[in-house]
Amino acid sequence: MKRRDFIKISGAATFAAACAPKDARPVAGITKEEGPGQMLMRENPKNGDRISALGFGCMRWPMIKDADGKDVIDQEAVNEMVDYAIEHGINYFDTSPAYLQGQSEKAAGIALSRHPRESYYIATKLSNFGDASAEASIQMYKDSFKQLKTDYFDYYLLHSIGRGGKDAFNKRYVDNGLVPFLREEKKAGRIRNLGFSFHGAKHEFDYFMELFDSGEMVWDFVQIEMNYVDWTHADGVRNVNADYLYEELDKRGLPIVIMEPLLGGRLARVPESISRHMKEREPDKSVASWAFRFCGTYPRVLCILSGMTNMEPLVENVETFSHFKPLTEEELKFLEEMATQMMEFPMINCTDCKYCMPCPWGIDIPGIFQHYNRAITDGTYAQNTTQKNYAKLKKAYLVSYDRAVATVRQADHCITCGECLSHCPQSINIPKQLKRIAQYVDNLKQDNL
Amino acid sequence: MLKKLRVALAWIFWIGITLLFLDFTGALHGYLGWMAKVQFLPAVLALNVGVIVALVLLTLLFGRVYCSVICPLGVFQDGISWLRAHRSKKPFKYRKGMKAIRYGVWALYVIALVAGVHVFVTLLAPYSAYGRMVQNLLQPVYIWGNNLLAGFAERAGSYAFYDKEVWLRSLPTLIVALVTLVVVGVLAFRGGRTYCNDVCPVGTTLSFFSRFAMFRPVIDHDKCKHCKACELHCKAQCIEIGKDHELIDYSRCVDCFDCLEQCKFGALEYKYAWGGGHPERSEGSPSIDSAQNDGKGRRAFMIGTALAAGTAALKGVEARAQEAAKKTDGGFADVLPKQAPKRVTPVTPPGSKSVKFFYQHCTACQLCVAECPNDVLRPSGRFDYLMQPEMSFEKGFCRPECTRCAELCPAGAIQSITKEEKTQYHVGTADVNVDLCLEATGKSPCGKCAEVCPTGAITMVRQGKTRRPAVTEEVCIGCGKCEYLCPVRPFSAITVNGKSQHI
Repeated sequence: MKRRDFIKISGAATFAAACAPKDARPVAGITKEEGPGQMLMRENPKNGDRISALGFGCMRWPMIKDADGKDVIDQEAVNEMVDYAIEHGINYFDTSPAYLQGQSEKAAGIALSRHPRESYYIATKLSNFGDASAEASIQMYKDSFKQLKTDYFDYYLLHSIGRGGKDAFNKRYVDNGLVPFLREEKKAGRIRNLGFSFHGAKHEFDYFMELFDSGEMVWDFVQIEMNYVDWTHADGVRNVNADYLYEELDKRGLPIVIMEPLLGGRLARVPESISRHMKEREPDKSVASWAFRFCGTYPRVLCILSGMTNMEPLVENVETFSHFKPLTEEELKFLEEMATQMMEFPMINCTDCKYCMPCPWGIDIPGIFQHYNRAITDGTYAQNTTQKNYAKLKKAYLVSYDRAVATVRQADHCITCGECLSHCPQSINIPKQLKRIAQYVDNLKQDNL
Repeated sequence: MLKKLRVALAWIFWIGITLLFLDFTGALHGYLGWMAKVQFLPAVLALNVGVIVALVLLTLLFGRVYCSVICPLGVFQDGISWLRAHRSKKPFKYRKGMKAIRYGVWALYVIALVAGVHVFVTLLAPYSAYGRMVQNLLQPVYIWGNNLLAGFAERAGSYAFYDKEVWLRSLPTLIVALVTLVVVGVLAFRGGRTYCNDVCPVGTTLSFFSRFAMFRPVIDHDKCKHCKACELHCKAQCIEIGKDHELIDYSRCVDCFDCLEQCKFGALEYKYAWGGGHPERSEGSPSIDSAQNDGKGRRAFMIGTALAAGTAALKGVEARAQEAAKKTDGGFADVLPKQAPKRVTPVTPPGSKSVKFFYQHCTACQLCVAECPNDVLRPSGRFDYLMQPEMSFEKGFCRPECTRCAELCPAGAIQSITKEEKTQYHVGTADVNVDLCLEATGKSPCGKCAEVCPTGAITMVRQGKTRRPAVTEEVCIGCGKCEYLCPVRPFSAITVNGKSQHI
């Protein structure tokens, strides 16, 4: 409360919006106070856990440089955000041993251990993407306890399964004997709920449902990517529509945790032609609030994860969920129309999750894609030399590109080695897209559009 | 009045040329490029007959106003002498010109110019010496200032200013620039136009004409009270006021008009005096001035240090080993900075016709180096071509849409070309080092060079189990794109060697 009042009085929010880093979301609406409200809670029908509908994703915390110039998590900022989150009813924290160059769990552990263990739920993952041997995987599992300073996990996920289907799943969890191991751990109470996070095609998802139906795997919950764009506009070949996933899980009574409700921030900052419609309807609400309300409207959703980088989006999202208004049928139709319009923009489906990083050749893949998407969203994307303002748009793109991405890490340096391809949960053909952007930049420099 | 006019024009030229060297954005070229092209030595090397004739006529008409207005090094020295003139009541006094040195240097210079001893030619050329100082010493400061503004602009979401990297292109050239600054600065402070009248080959050349100038400062013997006010304020130290004679050495007078306003008796006048006396009659046999000797010694020292530093700079930095870790997300792999390879033949810019043509005409003024937006041009460290530019591709390649150096070169060393013509000049040929190549050594799939080659000169060919790039020499234009984008660091696996003749 005090903080919010402070922001309101000082106008710090608008200032912060002006100086916010490139991926921060606008904070419109947060100064409009409607009383303290109450965090929207959801109950896990399986065990009665009362979970906040807004969960804290620990993948996008702020990084700073330490004395040696290495990237480290800004622990002070994290502590502050976690304190605020818990104070305002958020009780679900989702991390992974792979996030933030492997530092996320430790930072979460430090911040959370300052609060009573029973006041929050921890979700973490078995992220054995590299070495999938039993030894390495079990070591990773055990390390997570140490990092998170706990002796049990409330929610434990097999991290990002789907692509590669049966084979990849078998390699990471079956052939190395991890399935019985995890079953034992669950029995011992060290894992309270076992689930998986999913990225992939329909037939791959169906396989995991079959395992569930046959009783081969007992899933307690599933984490999926869901938002008003992916609802019916996933590419359908490599990613499946969220409406299908939701229905399948709902049918089986499986609680659903949502990831990428904002598509890595893309649904917080949409092209002007779209945000205008939203503002016409809700002038004081942020663009992002529509995306959260969309997810929260569906009753099977247990928790919606948001990777909040700094205080402003956290305050804003708490606000959205403290006075939660589900969408009406008409509003759902409106969002579907917005999603259709959004598909007209040639954006790259990157959510800035950084799973592709580090690129062995030093390319800043998410940085390049974020910059590109941002230019399209902002309408600063030059399409041909005859358009008015061309010279201005050209300069804006090239200068902002150099500012966002160091020249040696830009798209033209990609050698198409393909190392990144298997890491992308969105199945983006990264080398192809990088080549496209490099070509675009080259054409721009040559006035050859 | 005349002095005010001279000072105003000098400011305009001096600021214009300095800005031309500072501005890395290319915004001012259209307006200021001509100021470099009217410089004497570049015009001679460019065989720019119009400019040479105009400058000679200007000198025949009005004396060496070129040295006081157009030459940036001359104006720079005036600035230094002004400091002295303000601190002292008797800043200067007449001295005899040092003919032996003056004409000796001039003769050597002409020989060097013809024989192609580029270091000597470029070292003494006044405009080039000034350009070198600005590019090496002042442009970094200018860019740092720009970068500060760019930082503010970035915060404000403006694209008005953008960052530009400041980097050391050549240590020898930096040292030469520094030493030039000190030597010329000290000479100017102690003796005004000593450099211009005893060393500068352009000054000497113009002096051949200025002694016949139609308009010149003339002392009226009847009005002169021999107070010496004019002599004591003559930067060129060319006015001698004796007990009953007065004399102006018009070969050394740079028509600064400082003397005119010193005379309280109206004895000095700038006027039409065609065919007036040649005042050198009173000069005795030339003697070698100690200060001058000093200057020469320093210059020799300067070349020596520059060379020593050059070899030291060539020593490379060793590559670091990459650290393997478990797969976590985010972060960046290290990218080692690239290092310039040894090139058998230097690569010179499109429009320079041939390596020989380029180095014969270039006065090493560094204008192209200061302006190259892709950081391709830098002063050569080779002794033969010391300070004259060459191309290298660690920070960028010679982009097809850019013809900036060709537009700017005042000496005609880089001839004006269009974008379309540019891609037809073969300035170099790419050369593959199979031992470093990722594909050839089986380290990683790549094919980057073949993918990006703008002329399709590179193809990936199969050799046993691996592929390697092969260059079709006739098609390669030597733009350096393959070398720049080759992922192998610090030395690229494909490098460009210059072609002696650009066909």
